[in-house]
Amino acid sequence: MSDVTFPDEVVTESRLRLVDIPSGTFGLISLDNGRDHTRPSTFGPQGLRSLQAAIDEAAATPGIVGIGVTGKPFIFAVGADLSAIGVVADSSIIEEFAKLGHDVFRRLGELSVPTFAFVNGAAMGGGLELALHCKYRTLDASAAGLSLPEVFLGLVPGWGGAWLLPHLIGPQRALDVIINNSMNQNKQLRPAQAAELGVVDVVFEPADFLEQSLAWADDVISGRTRIERPAADTESWDQVVAGYRAGVDARIHGATPAPYRALDLVAAAKTANRDDAFAAEDTALTDLVMGDDLRASLYSFDLVQRRAKKPVGVPDKELARPVTKVGIVGAGLMASQLAMLFARRLQVPVVMTDLDQERVDAGVGRVHADIDALAAKGRLSADKASRLKGLVSGSTDVAAFAGAEFILEAVFEDLSVKKEVFAAIEDVVSETCILATNTSSLSVTAMASDLRHPERVVGFHFFNPVAVMPLLEIARAEKTDDASVATAFAVGKELKKSCVLVADAPAFVVNRLLIRYLSEITRAVDEGSEFEVADRAMNPLGLPMSPFSLLQLVGMGVAAHTSASMHEAFPDRYYLSPNLQRMLDNGLNAVWVWNDDGTATLDPRVAEVYQRGDTALDEDQIRARALDALADEARRMLDEGVVAEAQDIDLCMILGAGWPFWLGGLTPLLDRTGTSERVTGQRFLAPGVASLPT
Amino acid sequence: MSSLQPVVFVDGARTPFARAGSLYAHTRADDLMVKVIRELMRRNPSLPPERIDDIAVAAATQTGDQGMNIGRSVALLSGLPSTVPGYSIDRWCAGAMTAVTTLSASIMAGAYDVAIAGGVEHMTHHPMGEGIDPNPRYLAEKLVDPEALLMGKTAENLHDRFPHLTKERADAYAVASQEKTAKAYANGLLQPDLVPVATRDAENGWGYVTTDEGPRPGTSMEGLAGLKTPFRPHGRVTAGNASALTDGATGAVLASEGVARELGLSAKMRMVGFAFAGVEPEVMGVGPVPSTEKALQRAGMTIADIDLFEINEAFAVQVLAFLDHFDIADDDPRVNPMGGAIAVGHPLASSGIRLMTNLARDFEANPDARYGITTMCIGLGMGGTVIWERVEEDAK
Repeated sequence: MSDVTFPDEVVTESRLRLVDIPSGTFGLISLDNGRDHTRPSTFGPQGLRSLQAAIDEAAATPGIVGIGVTGKPFIFAVGADLSAIGVVADSSIIEEFAKLGHDVFRRLGELSVPTFAFVNGAAMGGGLELALHCKYRTLDASAAGLSLPEVFLGLVPGWGGAWLLPHLIGPQRALDVIINNSMNQNKQLRPAQAAELGVVDVVFEPADFLEQSLAWADDVISGRTRIERPAADTESWDQVVAGYRAGVDARIHGATPAPYRALDLVAAAKTANRDDAFAAEDTALTDLVMGDDLRASLYSFDLVQRRAKKPVGVPDKELARPVTKVGIVGAGLMASQLAMLFARRLQVPVVMTDLDQERVDAGVGRVHADIDALAAKGRLSADKASRLKGLVSGSTDVAAFAGAEFILEAVFEDLSVKKEVFAAIEDVVSETCILATNTSSLSVTAMASDLRHPERVVGFHFFNPVAVMPLLEIARAEKTDDASVATAFAVGKELKKSCVLVADAPAFVVNRLLIRYLSEITRAVDEGSEFEVADRAMNPLGLPMSPFSLLQLVGMGVAAHTSASMHEAFPDRYYLSPNLQRMLDNGLNAVWVWNDDGTATLDPRVAEVYQRGDTALDEDQIRARALDALADEARRMLDEGVVAEAQDIDLCMILGAGWPFWLGGLTPLLDRTGTSERVTGQRFLAPGVASLPT
Repeated sequence: MSSLQPVVFVDGARTPFARAGSLYAHTRADDLMVKVIRELMRRNPSLPPERIDDIAVAAATQTGDQGMNIGRSVALLSGLPSTVPGYSIDRWCAGAMTAVTTLSASIMAGAYDVAIAGGVEHMTHHPMGEGIDPNPRYLAEKLVDPEALLMGKTAENLHDRFPHLTKERADAYAVASQEKTAKAYANGLLQPDLVPVATRDAENGWGYVTTDEGPRPGTSMEGLAGLKTPFRPHGRVTAGNASALTDGATGAVLASEGVARELGLSAKMRMVGFAFAGVEPEVMGVGPVPSTEKALQRAGMTIADIDLFEINEAFAVQVLAFLDHFDIADDDPRVNPMGGAIAVGHPLASSGIRLMTNLARDFEANPDARYGITTMCIGLGMGGTVIWERVEEDAK
């Protein structure tokens, strides 16, 4: 057997116990890495060898009638030990490890005795593949975390999953799991769904899951229960794979190899035998692990899993003050979303204010309607809905904020208006009540400047839609004190947002970068590049949307306004397109008109008002300009201390702009393409941090 | 509510019993009880869960995993509708027996139609005497003998009172109990009412308990003769002729006979009557004598009417005292035909229902038997007895 090792492997031991079931002696293998559920069981080489030994011992037991595998509480197994893979630089080690996994797992599918996976909890990636190798599967109805997230991470289901799953449930359902769920924010299967898809044979309630699983296994072994496994329909196989391939193309334009390699494996699975299929998986895994996309993905995953939960540079959370009442200034659309979020997560009274009763009523009404809608969907009980509605009220008088400990303003982006708002509130709240602003581009320090207590003012910048977008940029202004920052982070955490500490600099992180990049795109078009060419320029990166689609989502009014304020702040770097103002003046909010077939054509009215020069660039030139600008801006932000480290920029781009894992957010892309060294004379991250170790 | 409703024992089940500190050391007491209740529901699919009017669960120590009103708690943990209420009950060793009699009384009165009785004792998690705080008056006023709280000593006291109940007779009874249990296992008589339990500990992973851990088949007089007498130097009570400290849970479905018929539930036996009686605490083992006399008298019966006996074997001498009193031979085949607690163990508050579950099987195995009793001694000087009657096929 392979003697490959990983450094510092947290070994998942396989513990075999021979238990009696009515049919005879049954080998029950428990997977357990000796830690609690916060460190799920994973497989490194030692763990795989332990499993191999347990399987061998069970199989060699005289009279054995079956073998079952189950996990420690809440966890079945979650696949390969990624932390080690991230530091391995030798492709032969990876290939050997991939093969070892196959060699061990496949025994469960090839033994003459029936094999069972009793999936008692999270089963992701290689964990789920281990279950797929077994001949039968039971699932705990409370199991959370069932998926093949490899493509999400930049890998392929490479321990048999790409061959076993399509043969078990057909290529269409398999690709829903392997491709669609994985590329849809790593969506997990619910237990009932897993059963419906055929991924598992039967679901049992948690109270006596293992007892019922063993009783069921006994029924299967004795023949009282029969599981039919019709062969997958191979007729439509190619067509199905082609359909998913077209979907991936439309979305990421070939930007990263993992989904394509997965599609290739599933396509080949139609005719490939186990040996060839598993060998192809080994090759695909090795290729991907030895690529920068996977390294950047692992870096991104770590940012999202760890850094997002432990923000850097934040004062001690002990300093945070309790928040038992919240005020929202404004009752518009955004304010209503914010009120809903605060009421739902903090479960404290939330008061909305606006200039007239009509707006207040509309704002409160929107929140109440949202609550009713959740209740109607069964996501809130009637009592909870009633409780939440009771928490949200409105007033035209800021005096209603009395007693609040946290006020968030979401009024029009105008410094003098916001200053007036805060000044009025300061008269009715305590001196320690947080005054937070959801401004996206104004100076928080300026906003606080005339207050009696500027030390309690913070920037609290959400992304739209606030219920969905996970990022919250928390800005510390010049005089903001530690307790206020700590309180803002405590509130952000309760809102279940990933909070990043940023300096009070124009547009903070995400918008500053996005606007800089968009301004390069519009500049290229203004100079004479074709709309279509400019809008396609970023396609090879696989961003969530094209530049002009993003512009449309942001809204031409907001885009023009923030571009103007960024231009004002940094006139030599932020190009202000006169064409955007022209479009706005003509009531045009989008460049594209979307046709029924999903294609887009240039709005003729835009063509009419938009004035372009005669210097046309191609996609590569435009993309290079955009990346150069991003490298320049990101370096300046670090030099200015807008955030602590490049990692924070990347975390913000992943969570706030949806930039892909395989780019590492932003700076690994800039390093990988040589942009950072060319433009700024240095890398953002050392080689190996988010790229292949050299 | 006008006339008394006859009560039937629909079904009983239990976890395998494990020695304290052994198989269930890492398993919660309430989880053991939950597994029994869920098995009873599975075995009786025609019982709509919302028809359960109450759940009474006994435990001698009602803290920790046996606390939080374990009756209600296990109702919720078992996945029963939140409309099903539950309460906790305690009469030390006769807890489950009292859960049955109390619920049955409610059924007889017409207040309930269907109920679940249960008992659990996790003597690993809750050693005997855990957290007790005896009133100092017990000693100061000599209300009870200081030995009354140590059950082994009360058993020695019983040997003193009845000198003809020798250690040899106690050991012979114990050997027979082991033999009967081994035979019942070999014939597959005990297994049908056992609910397997999956256990887990960090070191060994998951295990699966399917049989009682206690029985020691092949126990001999010679083997027992050499055992220590931990309760008194040169005494008579040993680990071999007493029940072991044990973990386990039991449960039973009870119903009025009419509702059982309406719901299509089996009726394994019908309750004839019951009684509890007190004795001097220092000889608590003799408790079943007065409780049985009282129950028989109230039912208008005599001991001669009884065809089957399930008597808890807390100590062999205590069984002998009972048999001696009623002039029944030590090896009478009507007594504990499948063995008893000396072999399988005695998880205090749960044992009462084990006796009933056994008796229901005894009736099956002895078609001519009409009446049977379940009886047991209780710490602090009591006995409890329930008289049961075969339910004729045509009456089901």
